[in-house]
Amino acid sequence: MKGFWSRFCRHKAAVVGLIVVALVLIIALIAPLLYPVSPWKMVQRPFLPPFANPNFPLGTDTLGRNVASGLAYGARVSLLIGTVSTLVALAVGVPIGALAGYFGGWVDDLLMRFTEFFQTVPSFALAIVLVAIFQPSLVSIIIAIAIVGWPPVARLVRGEVMAQRKREYVEAAILAGQSDLTIITRQILPNVVSPIVVLASLMVASAILLESSLSFLGLGDPSVMSWGYMVGAARTVVRQAWWLSVLPGVAILISVLALNLVGEGLAEALDPRSARDAA
Amino acid sequence: MSDTPDIPVLAVEKLAIALPAGADRLYAVEHVSFEIRRGETLAIVGESGSGKSMSANAVMGLLPPATRVAEGAALLEGTDLLKLDAEAMRGIRGRRIGMIFQEPMTALDPLMRIGAQIAEVFEAHGLLTPPERRARALALLEEVGIPEPERAIHAYPFQLSGGQRQRVVIAMALALDPVLLIADEPTTALDVTTQAQILKLIRDLQHKHGTAVMFITHDFGVVADIADRVVVMRQGRVVETGPAAQVLSAPSHEYTQALIAAIPTGRGAAAPPPAKEVVLAVRDLTKTYRSGGGLFRPARVVPAVKGVSFELKRGETLGVVGESGSGKSTLGRCLVRLIEPDSGSIRLDGHETMGQSAGEMRLWRRRMQMVFQDPYGSLNPRTRIGRIIAEGPIAAGVPVKDALRKAGELLAMVGLDASAVDRFPHEFSGGQRQRIGIARALALDPEIIIADEAVSALDVSIQAQVLALLADLKARLDLALIFITHDLRVAATICDTVAVMRKGEVVEMGPAADVFGNPQHDYTRRLIAAIPGRAEGDAFAQAAG
Repeated sequence: MKGFWSRFCRHKAAVVGLIVVALVLIIALIAPLLYPVSPWKMVQRPFLPPFANPNFPLGTDTLGRNVASGLAYGARVSLLIGTVSTLVALAVGVPIGALAGYFGGWVDDLLMRFTEFFQTVPSFALAIVLVAIFQPSLVSIIIAIAIVGWPPVARLVRGEVMAQRKREYVEAAILAGQSDLTIITRQILPNVVSPIVVLASLMVASAILLESSLSFLGLGDPSVMSWGYMVGAARTVVRQAWWLSVLPGVAILISVLALNLVGEGLAEALDPRSARDAA
Repeated sequence: MSDTPDIPVLAVEKLAIALPAGADRLYAVEHVSFEIRRGETLAIVGESGSGKSMSANAVMGLLPPATRVAEGAALLEGTDLLKLDAEAMRGIRGRRIGMIFQEPMTALDPLMRIGAQIAEVFEAHGLLTPPERRARALALLEEVGIPEPERAIHAYPFQLSGGQRQRVVIAMALALDPVLLIADEPTTALDVTTQAQILKLIRDLQHKHGTAVMFITHDFGVVADIADRVVVMRQGRVVETGPAAQVLSAPSHEYTQALIAAIPTGRGAAAPPPAKEVVLAVRDLTKTYRSGGGLFRPARVVPAVKGVSFELKRGETLGVVGESGSGKSTLGRCLVRLIEPDSGSIRLDGHETMGQSAGEMRLWRRRMQMVFQDPYGSLNPRTRIGRIIAEGPIAAGVPVKDALRKAGELLAMVGLDASAVDRFPHEFSGGQRQRIGIARALALDPEIIIADEAVSALDVSIQAQVLALLADLKARLDLALIFITHDLRVAATICDTVAVMRKGEVVEMGPAADVFGNPQHDYTRRLIAAIPGRAEGDAFAQAAG
């Protein structure tokens, strides 16, 4: 574990990414303390530019709502949807991939054709349709993102499990009389955790992006403030009030970039080849 | 055989290579000096970690990053290679020094035709025109004895056999007529008959071109076959140097003596197996692989095991020997049903085991356990040793605490400290891991142990220890042992009965002394003739005794 940290810290960009992610997380957690007033509440005159009023450093939007407060509450929604939808996608994708990779043959064929069925539909279009059918809400958005997010997980896990399946320690476990379920969960999965962790960090980033895109199109949960909604709502006034679309856009950019940097740092730190360099 | 014996082609003087800080020792090699003359073969022998490959890499200017030459010189016909810059070194590599690697598959570009790869050697040094390069490539392929060179020149590496690929690598190494040829374990990845052919080829080409050869190997048998002089290395230092015949027959350093004593002698065991009851009876076992079948073309059918029959008695060791692709590993896996055989009969203590469900198999599987080849792949890297050994008993319903205590006892039995239960596999050496693998196989109190190339990946001295352990455990626990190996010397040392396999069939089977002393089948005779260093077998036996 110590070796892992020192290897992760060798990549400066990844450390910067981790710090940014931590900051966003802290802001999200303390948003109600920073801004006890609801982000939907009108607090000043509309179109107040940034730095004009020290109480509202990032200005106000078309209805006089505090932009800084909106960004803080938006971080909550983005991180919540990003993590939960990723967890759901892993919960679906890992078992399907593991079963397909372990058993092979017709099980593999069946599960992979099923996976491809989801992969052939453009994921954003599928997400739009799903959210439209189920009514936009936090739950339906999370489910929609998870549904378009699990197929790559399943494919990755399948490949990794297939590679491990051929190792002799798995044969030894079969000879020891362990059941297939025990072999998959106790023997194989611990050895494929690293690539899954890396993929998961990147999936959180793409889920945030997807949620923003849905909100931008007006398919966000109408009762929560989110970055995508802020960009979408401001697009008609982008020439009068640039900060209304730029600021949430920058928030999305920075969070997604930071998560990607963390993902790459994880990938290198968890790679056994770089482990050997350090040893 | 050399024309100018006074000027060495390569003289390495007091070479020392520093390892990066934090390594297990300060220098990879230290105080290493040797010379090679024209037309001479110098064998550098040592176990893994002895620094033999490192010395060769220093001469080639191919040291891994973070290591560097701390002191010393490597004079190639008077020029110090260690002081040359990268540009000058490029001119020397290939042109003055040729290199043959261990694994011919990875030494060749998989997506490039053979002819183009050889022509590339000339191209890299800006020699000849494209048509001339092609003609030279063809001539070289002919010289290294590739059948149908006109066709081979258009082939991709995967279309050639391992031996043919190594011939191509040799052709590339000799393309520019270098004065020095460095061969780093060039036959280790090859079958024994192919190995004999490649050794002969290197010898013939050397006589023809007068090349000096630096031959790196761990195998004293190969040394006996090819070397004029020998350098024995241990932990980065030269422990003994001398003419091959002298080092092999009268080694002066105790490490060399121990190494030579550890070589399996290849003499059949004299004691006949005591007559006991049959524990395993196999009849007409058959497994055929089918692959690549499509709508319009027939499937590729490879018979991996064809009608194999044998009986195994309690306390007996059956050796299954054969070259790669002979089906010996498939046979072992069919017996424990990691691979499901197509047909035949496997009777364990008289009970038929074919045609059973997975649940029924679990009942008897504990009586037949396996020791695997790869000491790295056969232990789960994320599981503690105790748990690895105890997994079988736990799956069989033994309480975890009792199973772990027994794991500790088993570790002591295979010669490891019982405290190893809490450690992870990567903390152990190859030989220790193989002992752990044996402890795991014993955890279920089996009657039969199948060892699939269990000592092939180990250094010769470790190999001897593990073989001794297996023999000892077999006698103490009255086990029947099926020992699958490609190494006939090992088989002759440990086995009572030997089955020789070729292309899925057992071509000869009988008591080890008979099979090795008086082989009946033509293929067995060829295999035995190809064992490296056979002529020196007596010398080994004397040195060992």
